[in-house]
Amino acid sequence: MTDLVMPPVLLGPLLPTLLVLGAGALVLLLDLSPRPQGKEVLGAVALAGIVGALLATLARWGKSGRAFHDMVVLDNFALFVNVVICYAAALSLLLSVDYVRRSRAESGEYYALVLFTTAGMMLLAAAGDLVVLFLALELMSLSLYVLAGLFTQALASSEASMKYFILGAFASSFMLYGIALTYGATGTTNLDRIAAAVAGRSHDPLFVIGMGLLLVGFGFKTSSVPFHMWVPDVYQGAPTCVTALIATGSKAAAFGALIRVLTVALRGAQPDWTALLWIVAVLTMTVGNVAAIAQSNLKRMLAYSSIAHAGYMLVGLVAGGMSGGGSVLFYLLTYTFTTAGAFGVVTLCERARAEAVEVGDYAGLAERHPVLAAALALFLLSLIGVPPLAGFVGKFYVFGAAVRAGYLWLTVVAVLNSALAAYYYLRVVVYMYMRQPEGAPVTYAPSLAGALALVVALVGIVALGVVPAPFVDLAQAAVAPLVR
Amino acid sequence: MTSVSMLMTFVFAALVAGALLGIPRLLAPRRLTPVKAEPFECGKDPIAVSEGRFAIKFSTIAIFFILIDIELMFVWPWAVIYRRLGWFGFVEMMVFLAILMLGFLYIWRKGGLEWD
Repeated sequence: MTDLVMPPVLLGPLLPTLLVLGAGALVLLLDLSPRPQGKEVLGAVALAGIVGALLATLARWGKSGRAFHDMVVLDNFALFVNVVICYAAALSLLLSVDYVRRSRAESGEYYALVLFTTAGMMLLAAAGDLVVLFLALELMSLSLYVLAGLFTQALASSEASMKYFILGAFASSFMLYGIALTYGATGTTNLDRIAAAVAGRSHDPLFVIGMGLLLVGFGFKTSSVPFHMWVPDVYQGAPTCVTALIATGSKAAAFGALIRVLTVALRGAQPDWTALLWIVAVLTMTVGNVAAIAQSNLKRMLAYSSIAHAGYMLVGLVAGGMSGGGSVLFYLLTYTFTTAGAFGVVTLCERARAEAVEVGDYAGLAERHPVLAAALALFLLSLIGVPPLAGFVGKFYVFGAAVRAGYLWLTVVAVLNSALAAYYYLRVVVYMYMRQPEGAPVTYAPSLAGALALVVALVGIVALGVVPAPFVDLAQAAVAPLVR
Repeated sequence: MTSVSMLMTFVFAALVAGALLGIPRLLAPRRLTPVKAEPFECGKDPIAVSEGRFAIKFSTIAIFFILIDIELMFVWPWAVIYRRLGWFGFVEMMVFLAILMLGFLYIWRKGGLEWD
């Protein structure tokens, strides 16, 4: 009888994820305690877990760690994406405390599920193996499906949850099939070893089909055209704080995993996927922006805008290399603050005791609540890409990387698209500042935590816009070990 | 060679069975009436679908069952080589069971095990 070899257990690289999961378990236990207590306590525990994870992430900066036979790779790249995810989750939690109570959907499960989905996102960015990647993706998605249907009494929320679940399960099965074919072609699911196995024979049909199916799965999670159908309905129907999390955190995690898979495992097939992503990027930007013009619902408009922004990030991916990948990471950071802020203003506005979601609802907001209107205007200007806000710098670096890599036409399309996008963003600003409200005016639903979230997001977009260089350097340094 | 004769027996059996089922389909007259299509041809009107109706409660119980079912799948091989795994295996399993029991406790306290 031979002795069993015990695998080494290194929990260090998992520490940020474990902190979030531990906070999730604690929230569940506290929710069970026989003494009735306010749900704010649970929200505070959840926030503490996220902040703890953020601090643990920052403390590990520069220390690359691998664990469980390279299943988890917590390098600077994963840490950078983790920071973005932590900010997204923290902003979403701050926005939700009063919003969920106001909507009478308060429950302990809400905070636990937010923590579980955050843990999934963080693991997704650190996955060094396709199997862990899939597990993390499911942990993230399953929690989000439930969160989207949090308002069980609202038909739109249930519909959003159902649609998200069915289409998401479909996309997951595509991805799983892609993983299976990639494994069949290369004999491994480890990203590094796939790269080694592919080197020199990237035109093996089995591998090409596997790669294509993987990209379909990622296309769904990053809401790229033609896999974007779920986005408007889910963003519109889901509770707004959950929408903010789906739009920022899950997108950051999916892009993080996509960059890692493309630049590490599929390095040998770069010309193939670059050509594919070129087309997807153009389609995603154009369809997102053109469809957004026709929207009268603010959440739906922001959903299409989020599709368009995924397109801009794909431009950075096409550019590739250290500057391309770094620009996408930086874009994710700016996009997270901006989009979370824009959705945050929506959570704080109500009209006639209901959530104010129509663009027309915001008419005259500037007169009644000038600070709120100014905040929304700043977030929208950042989404357009007006200097000196973060959105401008993000676009600048992405387009700059594309030009330097020689993708001139792609950049032209992207710039034209951002000009097109100015129309529908500015329309909201025009409504807020130059129109008089019809019927009941929109009012501010007071929330200290929500206001704090807006302040954090505003500081974020201004700081990133004014002094972008250190953050861009960090983002590029984070991508450097992947692209080599 | 024995396998060939076995195979021939199988083929012959399949042919006979297929002929017995197939020939009446071709030859016999079929006159389907609503009465004949009823589940019971004994003159009693059917009052419900033959499968009966299930309470939705069973589906939640089925989901909870998976909790215990999956647990067993891991605990069984662990128990078989328990001594060889030593402290490492013990601690690992206790962590696993603690997470599992948290879920169980949650179901219990939230009233998931109440029948009504």
